[in-house]
Parts: sequence; C-alpha cells; structure tokens
Amino acid sequence: MTTLHLRVGFMPLVDAALLIAAADSGIAQAHGLALELVRDVSWSNLRDRLHVRLLDAAHMLAPAAIASTLGIGGVTAPMAAPLMLNLNGNALTLSARRFEEVARVAMGDLADPSISAQALATLVSSRKASGLPPLAFAAVFGFSCHTYLLHDWMALAGLRLGEDIRLTIVPPVRTVEALASGEVDGFCAGAPWNTLAVEAGVGAILHCGVDLMPDCPEKLLAWRADDVERRSEAVARLNAALVEASHWASNESNWPALARMLAAPDRLAAAPALIEAILCGEIVQGGGRPPRHVPSYIRFDAAAIRPDPAYADRLLAAMARAGHVDATPDLVERARAIFRPFAEELARR
Amino acid sequence: MAPNLRILIVDANQVRAAIIEDGLRDAGYEQLIRLSATTGLVAAIEAHDPDVVIIDLEDPSRDALADMFLVSRNVRRPITMFVDQSDSASIEAAVEAGVSAYIVDGLKKERMQPILQTCISRFNAFRKLREELEEARSQLDDRKTIDRAKGIVMRLKGLSEDEAYALMRRTAMNEKRKLVDIARSLITAAEMLK
Repeated sequence: MTTLHLRVGFMPLVDAALLIAAADSGIAQAHGLALELVRDVSWSNLRDRLHVRLLDAAHMLAPAAIASTLGIGGVTAPMAAPLMLNLNGNALTLSARRFEEVARVAMGDLADPSISAQALATLVSSRKASGLPPLAFAAVFGFSCHTYLLHDWMALAGLRLGEDIRLTIVPPVRTVEALASGEVDGFCAGAPWNTLAVEAGVGAILHCGVDLMPDCPEKLLAWRADDVERRSEAVARLNAALVEASHWASNESNWPALARMLAAPDRLAAAPALIEAILCGEIVQGGGRPPRHVPSYIRFDAAAIRPDPAYADRLLAAMARAGHVDATPDLVERARAIFRPFAEELARR
Repeated sequence: MAPNLRILIVDANQVRAAIIEDGLRDAGYEQLIRLSATTGLVAAIEAHDPDVVIIDLEDPSRDALADMFLVSRNVRRPITMFVDQSDSASIEAAVEAGVSAYIVDGLKKERMQPILQTCISRFNAFRKLREELEEARSQLDDRKTIDRAKGIVMRLKGLSEDEAYALMRRTAMNEKRKLVDIARSLITAAEMLK
C-alpha cells in the first residue's frame, strides 16, 4: 500500500481530538496515510483553503458547512462530511460580574435554563430602565451552534439575540480577554475556552452545551463535495483512521495520553491537566460552585461520529429560528446531502 | 481612469502592510487606510466606510469581519467577499498568497482585479523576502556551528584550521551526512565529555 499524503486543517480546539489522535499516535500511518495537520486561525480560512485545495479536508463547524454548501453568506463552497468529528463540547460562560447579577435575580435553580434565561431577561429590562447599554454576547462564528445555543436559550425568556442583546463575533483566542475587558458580558464557545475563562478567574460557566442542546452536531470532517467520490480511496483511509481514533479516544485509560497529544505546542498549546479534565467531563464552573461532572460534555464515540442527515434538519431549523435562512424543502434536501454515512459503508467492507 | 476607491488594509504585520500600501499607491490608489489593531475593527469600518477591505489571512479577526459584513447593520453599504466564479484562478492565487478581499456590493470586478493582483504580488514578494532572510539567518547559524566544531577539533587533535575543516568534511562525506550535522554532533559530544 503506497502511503497517501493528506493535508488536513484544524482550529486549536479540543474537538480536533480525533484528527490529532490519528496523526500523532501512529493510527493514520497504520492506515497508509501521512497525515499532515495544519493549524489555522479562522473558519473562513479553513473553508477557503479547502475550496482551493490547499487542504484535502478540514475540521469544520457543522452550520458553517451548511452555509458554505448552500451559499448563505456570500460564498458558495459545497462540502461533504463522511464523518462527524464530535458531538457537544460547548458551554455558555458569563463574566464573573454578570454571573453574580444573574444569580442574585434568579427565581429558582440557575441550573435550569429557563430560570437562568428569565434572570437574564430581568437584568436586560433593569439595564434598559436605568439607561445602561445593552448586554453583548460573543460567539466565535456567525453560522455556528454557539450562535444558535445563545439564540435558543435567550428565546426561552422571550429575548431576541441581535435585538435585546448584542451578538458579536470574537475569535476563540480572544474570548477570555474580551470577557475580562468587559467588551462582552458572556460568550458561547467550544472547549477549552470556557474552562480557560473560569481558570483565569474572569468567568463562570452558566450552562454546558448538553443542558441546552443535547447531542449537538458540533464539528464535522469536511471535504470538497466533488472530492468525496473522486478521491474515494483517500476518504476511505482517513475515515478508517478516524474510526480507529474514535475507538481509542473512547477508552478512558487513553485520556491522559490524548490530553498530552492535544496539549502539544503545535496543537492546542494548553495545559495537559486542563484538557484531561475536559475529556473526563470534570468541568470547573466558577462562581463559587464546585466542579460539575458532565459525562457527555464532549463525545467522540462511534455513535457520535456517525453523520446523520437528520442533523441537517435540526441545524437548518435552528438557523431559521435565528433568521439566517428560510428552511425550504429544497435547502433541507441539499443540506441533508452533506452528511454522508461513509463510516457504515466502511464497516460493511 | 483615476481609481478613486477607498481601501482599508487590515494586517498585523506593519512591514507587509507598508509594502502593500506602497504597491497600491504606485498603482494610483490614494485613499488608503492601514489598520493593525484586531480590536476596534467595527468602529474603524464604520468610520472609514471603505469600498474595499484587504485582510491578511493570518489575522484571527477574519471571521468577525466576515460576519460584520454579512449581518451587521453597522456597515452602511453591504460588503461581500470578493469571489469571482469566472476567475477562480485569482482567488486561488490570493488564498495561496495569504490574502483575502471584501468589496462593496456592486463594485465591478474589473475595478477589483488590479487591486487584488497588486496585493497578491506584494504578499508573495514579502513571503519570498522573509524566506530569504530566514535562509540567510540559518546559513549564518550553520556557519557559526561549523566554526565552533572546527575549534574543538583543532584543540583536541592539535590540527591547523584547514586540517580540522578537511577532516570534518571527509567524515561528513564518508557518513553521507551534512557538514553542519557532523559539527552539531561534535559540539554535543564535547559538551558531554567536558
């Protein structure tokens, strides 16, 4: 078997774990791949570099893959996902000050999203009454589950994101700083950024993604749509490597090793202990509360990486609620075609 | 034709931004604004109301910029990414060079083409310059390593400079290794045996 060289782009996030595990543990090599991972700084870059074939495949936000495939947002770059890279992994973090305020006005258990959203609404109206500027929340990309989590959570109390509360886009690397400086009052992002904000003492995690959107189709492995069939051998090998990486990463005895791989300077460049805690679902919360055990905080298991066309329905519905798109049957059909369950074909081989 | 367009250049690298500004000025563009701060982009764009925004792909605020152009009502005129389906070669060249461009909706692509070409060639020229500089720096480092190793060989074996150099070269050739690798091994060994 001749070795195939593949360049795959990623953002430095915990949910790039399967790509990093495949590349750095020798799994990819065993599947006849020289897997070169290229770290990037923006989702727009990953989309464009994939589109002009500077990358063979890329770590991608599921809603961004939909937007790019359907041409929502000015750029049309059709993608296909033979595998998901994870489910879940997000959290909603408030600045230490806003957390205190929300906790003070909450009418019940803050862990209940409808109670916390109501508390936020109370804060919004009291700020309005005192002539204070509206609150601002950040997501890391417009078309992202982060935006939709924020939107749907706020909607529980009748708040409109973008109207009652400002939405601003902040790159992951700047989330903690933006929270600390007061530029934003809260953010929704993937791991490890929420944990980093708590560890830095500037934020408190209000909800984990699973509290608001269970089994959230977060990141997928994007190929150019026209490459998936044309380059079936490369796709099959990378799929096989990632399926094995998923198996390996689902075994908790491998979490310390996985955390060390993710922590490397050319990967996430973060503390291994912090990443290991996230993999274990031991989530520090801040705000004077003890760490919380969240078993499905982030999922890399076999069921989690199976791409399900039904994800397209869910995501388009969320995008429609946020006013990003009208989910016409034609668009739903085209979005469903992104999620291609190649993994099952592989299992049958 | 006087290319009377307002161009905003977002690049954290001051030197490269200056090179691009020069290139565009040479091409006859006069309304050029350079921005290096990744924060305060929204305010800057509101204030300058540009026709064209050029952004370095290494700038993490690109996603924020794209989103602002798309959904924000802060920008007076709609700005979209410059994507010309009929000429994907220039888009490829831009992404490869590491630059992206956003333009005011309705701006004719003929007016954008020369701007993009200038940016691509300046980005590439800058990269080449940086690569040459790195190459020169590493050659200088190699030279220092070899000189240090030569000194060790001279001292330990009582050889002249030329003899020490000849011995190292012969060893490198026999072992099919680079001279600088032999030099590094010598330095490591000498430090261990100190």
